[in-house]
Amino acid sequence: MAVEIPKPKHGFRREMSFMERLYLPAIFKGMRVTIQHFFGHRWTIEYPDVIPVAAPRFRGLHVLKRDEEGRERCTACLLCMYVCPANAIHIEPALATPENQDDYTEEKYAKVFEINMLRCIFCGMCEEACPCGSIYLTRDWETSDNDIDHFIYGKDRLMESEGSPLLFKE
Amino acid sequence: MNQTTLTLLIDAGKIAVILGCTMGAVAYTTFAERRFAAFMQNRIGPNRAGPWGLLQPLADGFKFMFKEDFVPEFADRFLYRLAPIVAFVPALLLVGVLPFGPDLVIGSQVIPLQIADPNFGVLYFLAIASFGVYGVIMAGWGSNNKYSIAGGLRASAMMISYEVSMGLAVVGLIMMAGTVHMSTIVGQQDGFFGWFIWKQPLGFLIFVVTTFAETHRVPFDLPEAEQELVGGYNTEYGSMQLGLFQMGEYAHLITASALMVALYLGGWQFPGLNLLENSPILYALAGLTVMAVKVFFIIFVFIWVRWTIPRFRYDQLMRLGWKVLLPLALLNILVTALVILI
Repeated sequence: MAVEIPKPKHGFRREMSFMERLYLPAIFKGMRVTIQHFFGHRWTIEYPDVIPVAAPRFRGLHVLKRDEEGRERCTACLLCMYVCPANAIHIEPALATPENQDDYTEEKYAKVFEINMLRCIFCGMCEEACPCGSIYLTRDWETSDNDIDHFIYGKDRLMESEGSPLLFKE
Repeated sequence: MNQTTLTLLIDAGKIAVILGCTMGAVAYTTFAERRFAAFMQNRIGPNRAGPWGLLQPLADGFKFMFKEDFVPEFADRFLYRLAPIVAFVPALLLVGVLPFGPDLVIGSQVIPLQIADPNFGVLYFLAIASFGVYGVIMAGWGSNNKYSIAGGLRASAMMISYEVSMGLAVVGLIMMAGTVHMSTIVGQQDGFFGWFIWKQPLGFLIFVVTTFAETHRVPFDLPEAEQELVGGYNTEYGSMQLGLFQMGEYAHLITASALMVALYLGGWQFPGLNLLENSPILYALAGLTVMAVKVFFIIFVFIWVRWTIPRFRYDQLMRLGWKVLLPLALLNILVTALVILI
């Protein structure tokens, strides 16, 4: 048996009351809201003057850590290179010689360690894969540059050391 | 120096000063609009050029100057070039009859703070104000662009429907004042409750709504509806020509606000201002200040409304114009006539 659905008297739209059809009360209500915002808080961060600090767990630019004795933690195991989903990491390992052995934790070290920041998706998987606690993602996020070649970060910019442009900021 | 030369010099000086002030006000109204819009959206707005961004209008002007002066292919070059001028000039002509303050008396010289005070002031204003729409229509036709022509047609249709109600709303005021002489109308509004807004509240309301339409501002900015018409009549324009359109629009806004103040809000009159009547220069300056503050307040309300409510649909606009405002304006005339008769 078919049941008849009763239709609203004026279609599905409610008839507006007289006050609503005047429009003016609604407009004044709206103006009250905007004037509250006029005197309200300004959310703009004036970027070059005020640099916002990212959250501690923010995944920004990478840093290669040193251990307590100032030796490079990276042993060129290539795990980060293999785990990287964007193929952004390029490592060339080398064997340490007796002369420079003091700089490295093991006898193998990364002669070249490059991260292409245009490929990198900042997923943090290299950080998770690293068995030596060498690579970390910092909260530094100011990556813009005018030259495309500058986006390939070498050891000079990634390695944590005094005078290098990228010190790990806590 | 005889009296004729002196009068000529004074008039030339008045024209220069008042036009200069209007242009400056136009520049800073654009700035105020952007800044207040930002405040209402919890932003800061342009604040990098000069202290508090006060040089922003200058920067905008320079930017316009250095842009390419482009005329689209198949455009009507003559109309296309002429349109911004036709849109801009009438808006400036309007300042000619606006009373900005009481007479300035220096020695034996009486200087009315008004460029010209013809005895048909209000009629002149209403006549010239509707000229601005020709620029919009010419721009729409000359651009050879379907969005532009749609904007131009909307502007003309809107002008026809709202000009009527505006004129009729003013008729009620003219009946009460008994004159269309601008400075007499202002002079009649003595004391706070002498303002015509209290005697003509309905007329004032209709006048405000139609002024929004007349100056093409939200909620009646259909000729330039960015979302539907990609800028409407000024879609094809760039460089200083676009700048002229915008300046014309803001000049019109300023003059329309000044007219509203002169007709309904007592012009330069303010309760307590008569105390200064003994020192004419101070009196004139105080009158100018009061006028400027009132005009600024009206402009602020325009900006405030613009960033509060959305645009009307075209059919809603027409219905409001013909079926609501026009009968209300006629009713206003009828009631005013009855009150005057009794």
